[in-house]
Amino acid sequence: MSGLSRSKSPMGALVVVAVLAVGVIAPYFLSRYQIGLATQILIFGMLAMSIDILVGFTGRTSLGHGAIFGTSTYVVLYCVTQAGMSPYLAVLLGIMSATVLAAIFALLAVRTNGVYFLLLTLALGMIVWGICLRWTQVTGGENGLRGDIRPKALADYKDFYWFILALAAMVTFGIRRFVNSPFGLTLRGIRDSDSRMRSLGYNVPLHLFIGFTMSGFFAGVAGAVYAFFNNFVSPSTVALTQSVESLLMAIIGGVGTLYGSFIGASALIALQNLVSSHTERWQSVLGITFTLIMIFAPEGIVGKFRALRAKYSAKH
Amino acid sequence: MDRRQFLQSTALGLAAAGTGLQPMRAMAQGEPIRIGLMAPLTGVIASGGKEMVEGTQFWFEKINYQIAGRKVELIIEDDASNPDTALQKARRLVEQNNVHFLTGNLLANTGLAVANYVKGTGTPYFIPIIAADELTQRGRIPNVIRTAGYSGSAFPRPLADWALKQGYKRIATISQDYTFGHEQCGGFSQVFTEGGGTIVQQFWHPLNTADFSPYLGQIADLKIDAIFVMETGADATRFTQQFNSFGLKGKIPLLGAMNMTDQSVIRTMGAEVEGIISAAHFAEGADIAATKDFVDAYTKKYEKIPSLYGFSMYSGMMWVSRAIEKLGGKVEDKAALLDAVLKTELADSPLGKPVKLDAYGNPIYDVYIRKVTKRADGKFWNVPVETYPAVSQFWKYDPETFMKEPAFSRTYQGVKKS
Repeated sequence: MSGLSRSKSPMGALVVVAVLAVGVIAPYFLSRYQIGLATQILIFGMLAMSIDILVGFTGRTSLGHGAIFGTSTYVVLYCVTQAGMSPYLAVLLGIMSATVLAAIFALLAVRTNGVYFLLLTLALGMIVWGICLRWTQVTGGENGLRGDIRPKALADYKDFYWFILALAAMVTFGIRRFVNSPFGLTLRGIRDSDSRMRSLGYNVPLHLFIGFTMSGFFAGVAGAVYAFFNNFVSPSTVALTQSVESLLMAIIGGVGTLYGSFIGASALIALQNLVSSHTERWQSVLGITFTLIMIFAPEGIVGKFRALRAKYSAKH
Repeated sequence: MDRRQFLQSTALGLAAAGTGLQPMRAMAQGEPIRIGLMAPLTGVIASGGKEMVEGTQFWFEKINYQIAGRKVELIIEDDASNPDTALQKARRLVEQNNVHFLTGNLLANTGLAVANYVKGTGTPYFIPIIAADELTQRGRIPNVIRTAGYSGSAFPRPLADWALKQGYKRIATISQDYTFGHEQCGGFSQVFTEGGGTIVQQFWHPLNTADFSPYLGQIADLKIDAIFVMETGADATRFTQQFNSFGLKGKIPLLGAMNMTDQSVIRTMGAEVEGIISAAHFAEGADIAATKDFVDAYTKKYEKIPSLYGFSMYSGMMWVSRAIEKLGGKVEDKAALLDAVLKTELADSPLGKPVKLDAYGNPIYDVYIRKVTKRADGKFWNVPVETYPAVSQFWKYDPETFMKEPAFSRTYQGVKKS
């Protein structure tokens, strides 16, 4: 697997260090708004990467991750604004509830694959959305929950950016370790052929369950800090579009590439914000761009880049 | 460099240093007034969003995009009917475009999200459309002002009072099940029950209900004198049509919340809307010169009778513009701008009578009881039948006591227990 061999090359390590260094000094050159966008890209990059665990490494496409992500956001906001807890405790509870929700999703979904997995996760996500919309006393219904919940230590937008950058680095490292671990290899085995894995004696549903739950855990981490970023949550955060958008990010970046998630998130968020200030038909522009990407780089931006590089080094 | 040149440049340098502040100020004045307008140009309520933009542009075109000698730069962003997008766009407008103030948004959730954001930045935010009670009541944010807007529960109160005067004793309500509906029904139910009436039953249905027959079927058996209905957009159209096809029109008087008979709803409809009663501050069919002028000019330009969205944005921006004129164009001082807006009494709006804001940033209007009437050209519009002067968002209650009560919700409707 290319991911494994790459991890040992000094080139790869160098690129990672360089990217991180640019990330760390970026706030000195960017405007406040751009730093906000960068923060958002990092948060959604984490979410897209958590989906990549399933899409890229397990061969299961989930449309329920927006709901898992948003549940964490809801719990954090509820705990701080309604229950008066400390934001740090709220983050823990938020991540925990996202993980538990993912485990419930996993229990129901692990026995399916392909389009059935897609539809089941979609349906489960819609249930969460329905609850958030209708359980007005707790979720604030259509209007959502809001309040100034970001901890004082992170109140400054630059400090918050650095915090998110460090968190994203940790999450990336964690997910990398996870998918490259012996356990992660069994997930890839399931992706390639679950019947073979079963005949080799692996408990495929259990592995899928653990894989899904871990993926939900990481989505929950992203969701919890999204609460700090926006200080606000409404049903649109758990809606289907959220799931679809973050899946798109993973696909545009390149499934199975992990880092591609950040590229995909950058592409989508940058496009959304740049194009929409020029035309109200921005959604059409987005649609055309994605169609073109899917035609000319179906393996995603990072995937395309890797393929081109492989072609180049094979020639020379 | 020879001596003469040296002297010249030194003199120029000193002069520049001595008057250092002067050119700076002149520059600031030469800069345009930047206004960030957010409207839902895509999504479920895009047509309303478009009318918001039209109303805003209609006003600024009238004053040639000039306030107190400064140019106005209007930056329009699409909030996509989505609060997360609205937040993102508000950040962009404030942090990237450095707008002097924000305005717009249609759906309460987008407005509440933006209001929560400007709470931290202190950016003035004017909301002619967002009706969420709490923004000018319990959850008041000093830099959020409802210029030419209205709070959800305010106008159904005079309507309830009017209903009592008609001798209606038993009323049922049907409403969309979200905050805007809870507030409008709450305002109505509170005043109606306190005046001795009975709310027989309250029906709540989700937004975008296609079939109202489960509710309409029950109404016939309730023995009610009238029905209060709160619907917006496509729900309003469907409800009115189905109410008609159930044969209830003409049998049970239909009282609506203001959006129910707004032009955005009734301009595409026929005789089924005739006779519906609603309460609002603006009636496009009012026999007032200022209103007529506005409606005629707007109709000429956009080929439709103005809706509340167009009217409210027009008047809201007029309000802020008048305040900026008083400041001589100095919009940079946020505190002064907010103060000026709060103190401005809007005299020449399409309402044709002066309007001022209360201490909580909500306008005090003369509220019309309106009736949908057919015009000579076959179109329908709202014509005033009665006027309630100077209606406060707190009705006749003391603001302090009122705000100690819980906010309206599905479970709390302010109904007086008898």
